[in-house]
Order: sequence, then structure tokens, then C-alpha cells
Amino acid sequence: MSGSGRFEDWTTGAEAIVYQSCGSCGNSQYFRRSFCAACGAADPVEKRASGEGTVYATSLVCRAATPETRAHVPYNIVLVDTSEGFRMMAHGDNDLAIGDRVTARFASFAGRLVPYFSRRGGAAPPESAGVG
Amino acid sequence: MSFITGVGLTSYGKHEGSSSLDLMSKAAELAISDAQLKRTDIDGVLCGYSTVAPHIMLATVFAEHFGIRPSYAHAVQVGGATGLAMTMLAHHLVEAGVARHVLVVAGENRLTGQSRDASILALAQVGHPEYEVPLGPTIPAYYGLVASRYMHEYGVTEEDLAEFAVLMRAHAVTHPGAQFHDLITVADVMASKPVALPLKLLDCCPVSDGGAAFVVSRERTGETGVRVRGCAQAHTHQHVTAAPRLSELGAEIAIARAKQASGVAIPDVRYAAVYDSFTITLAMLLEDLGLAARGEAAARVRAGYFGRDGAMPLNTHGGLLSYGHCGVGGAMAHLVETHLQMTERAGNRQVRDASIALLHGDGGVLSSHVSMFLERVR
Repeated sequence: MSGSGRFEDWTTGAEAIVYQSCGSCGNSQYFRRSFCAACGAADPVEKRASGEGTVYATSLVCRAATPETRAHVPYNIVLVDTSEGFRMMAHGDNDLAIGDRVTARFASFAGRLVPYFSRRGGAAPPESAGVG
Repeated sequence: MSFITGVGLTSYGKHEGSSSLDLMSKAAELAISDAQLKRTDIDGVLCGYSTVAPHIMLATVFAEHFGIRPSYAHAVQVGGATGLAMTMLAHHLVEAGVARHVLVVAGENRLTGQSRDASILALAQVGHPEYEVPLGPTIPAYYGLVASRYMHEYGVTEEDLAEFAVLMRAHAVTHPGAQFHDLITVADVMASKPVALPLKLLDCCPVSDGGAAFVVSRERTGETGVRVRGCAQAHTHQHVTAAPRLSELGAEIAIARAKQASGVAIPDVRYAAVYDSFTITLAMLLEDLGLAARGEAAARVRAGYFGRDGAMPLNTHGGLLSYGHCGVGGAMAHLVETHLQMTERAGNRQVRDASIALLHGDGGVLSSHVSMFLERVR
């Protein structure tokens, strides 16, 4: 955790998925804010997610828009409903199906670290950067 | 009360050498002349945005360029819903007496003014800058996600989605201004290059140059009036990650509010103009709006229901999918075509009865919605 009470997460290069939990209404939110978007209460508590979840939606990107991302096609963009109750976008194995129970690792993509989901007990992603 | 008194539309496709202001001016000129007005009659200007030439004050840039000095002017930005959102605002402005004749205008040289990659990249920025964009999604991927879920929940297939591309192309073939004039089949759509599965190239609208405009006035200027009966919006989220469940999306909320505002019910509707950035967009919106039962819109396409001679003619100009998509102007073409149909000026595309029309626009990733009912009065 940084001095300001913030956990580092994948958006800043750390191998972690972080969310916020509201002390007043119990809502979980993924996009970081200084308040709870459901009830407006200040200072939701930052928590580290387990990386477990269920696939909500998938789209296999075959046409990318930059040279950096084009080097990775096809890559699977997934929405995952985490066991902590928030939804997140990530990468995942190309054969993931809606409803699959998945676990996050971290992989490198276009020069960055991104969360990467595989079926629970599944194989490692390409260019795996370790287990989260 | 408010009326759409004039419409203007350029062809969509390549307008080599035309700037966004050129295309806006061309469409504006057509709309003002169609309304039988002079440019000095215009006292309000609402315009969209240009991704090719972004500006913080596009409405006044346009007014100066066009040579008018309106008493009310600004730009509006709600993605693909911008055209109908501007129309809704113009409706309220003339009803409130703020302006007499509001010019609603948009145009963009999106095809020839920038590379296709630049276009795709600019549009992908509707995603969340920290939590989505670094993952390399594209607009087709955002809609691909929605498509995968919709297909999963309602048993819709890729062949079902292909039907909408085929229908829009069949309509575009009959319009000289459309970007595409070659008929396609379901097999062509299925065999087209994968873009963001389940969406393939022919499930996606093209990038186009073009311009569209209309005039919204307090009183009608022609014999046949096209009156705004009622309209409403709904905004449930911006980012697909934060979208509500499929049964709680904004189209259903906006149409319920528009029905209440207008007193019009779906069985009254004779013509439909529905946003179709992707085949999945059109399929979902038709079902959300109540123009087909859940999971059954494709069956209605196959049965001819949405064809020119069907019970509910839909996007008879070819829609975004085949007339083309030049940004804000893209979905404004839907309103221009609706106006031509309602005033019986659609020529070889004329439908039997377009006395009451339903229009619906969507911006972002099913984020912002505007529903509107128009009624013909004589």
C-alpha cells in the first residue's frame, strides 16, 4: 500500500487486482474513486481481489488499431464477474466461454502488465509474467 | 410544438478534399433550402463534433464559416446519440421560445481525413482510460462483448446477426447516396474477415465522409408538417465494464419515457429508424424498443417485416451499416430518410405509410439513448 492508503494494482504495473468496498452500504466498485458511487459515502476501503471469477462476456480481437497491439492478435477481451462482486475487463485464454470459472494471472501486453484469466486449473498464458 | 421543417444529406463514402466544415456547410445549405428558409432565418445552431478536426467551440466556428450570427449556439456530444439528442434539444428550444429556427448539423471527413487506424483508435477512447483502454479493445470489441452475452442469454446466432447486414445492404442498393451498392448474402457476412468475434467485417459499419443537417422550427414551413410528438433519453453508464444487466439497458428506459411523453404506442408506429453501428446493436435495440420479441428480430427480418414493403420498414436508406457512418452525421441520415418517407419524397424507396415514425439513437456502448416519435400532420 502506498502512503495515501492506495494499493498498487495492474494499472500501475503491480501484479494485483484492486477494488474498493464501501463501509456504509457494502457496495463493491472497480473504478477507483474517493467516494462510493452507489451511496456517495466517502473513503471506500481498498481491497486486493482474489483473482477468482466467472466469465460474463468475451470478444476475440482479430483487428487491432496500433502496431503494439497488432503484434498480439488474436487476443481475447473478457468481462469477468469477480467473486468479490465487481465486474472487470481483462484478457483471457482464446477458448474461454461465458460461465467458465476462471483465475487471474498477469501477462505482458503491448509493453504493459494486464490481468489474464484462465479456466481454474488451466494452462499458463503466453509470455506469463507470473501468478498473481 | 416543433417541426422538422427541412433536411439535408450528402452522399456518404469518400469526399476527397472536403473538410468537416465543408461537409457541414453543404448539408446545412441543403436543409435550409429544403425548409424554404434563408440562412439569415436561422437563429439557433446545434452541431456535433469532429474527431478529425476537434475544436472546443465547433458551433461558433461553423457559424462564422457559414456566415450566420445565431442568438443560440453550441456543440453537443453524446456519441452516436448526438443527432437525436440535438433534435430533442432543438425541439425544447423552439417550444420554449428561445429560437425560431434551429439548425442541427454535423459532418466529418472521417474516411479521407485520417487513417482508418487513427479513426479506430480515436473511437476506442470511449473506453475507460485506466481500466479498459490499456487492454487494447476496439469499438467492435466493446460491442463484441455485448454480442457474446446477448447471444448467450437469448439464443441469437451469428447467422441471425448477419440478416441485419444483408437487410441494410439491400436497402442501400436502392439509394444513390449510399456508400455500398453491392448486394451481400448471409454467407458473405459469415465469410467476412473476423474483426472482434463474434463480429466480422460485414457486421460492422464502415468509416465514411459525409454530412447531414436539419432545421427544427416552431411552425411548419411546408404543406406537410413533420412534428416531434415526444422524445426522451436514458443514460445508464459510460463504460461497458460498468453496464447494467441486459434487461436494464437504457433503450427500454428511454422508449418508456418517450411513449409517456408522446402518448404514442408501438402499434401506432409505421416506420422505424434505429441505430445500427453493428448488427448486434440493431438486433438488440429492435428488441429493447419492442419492435420484435426477445431473440426474434432476425426471424422478423427473414419474414420481410422490416423491408420497404413490410409492416415496419426500417432504415430504408441502408443505415450506418450500408449508407455509411461519418460520426455524428451517421445517425442523422436516419432522420433525413425518415423525413423523406413521411413527406412522401423517398422516390423508389417510398413506403406505403410513414405517418408515425420511431427513431432511436445510441451512444458509447449502449450507454446513452434517445428515443423519439415523429408524426406527419397536413
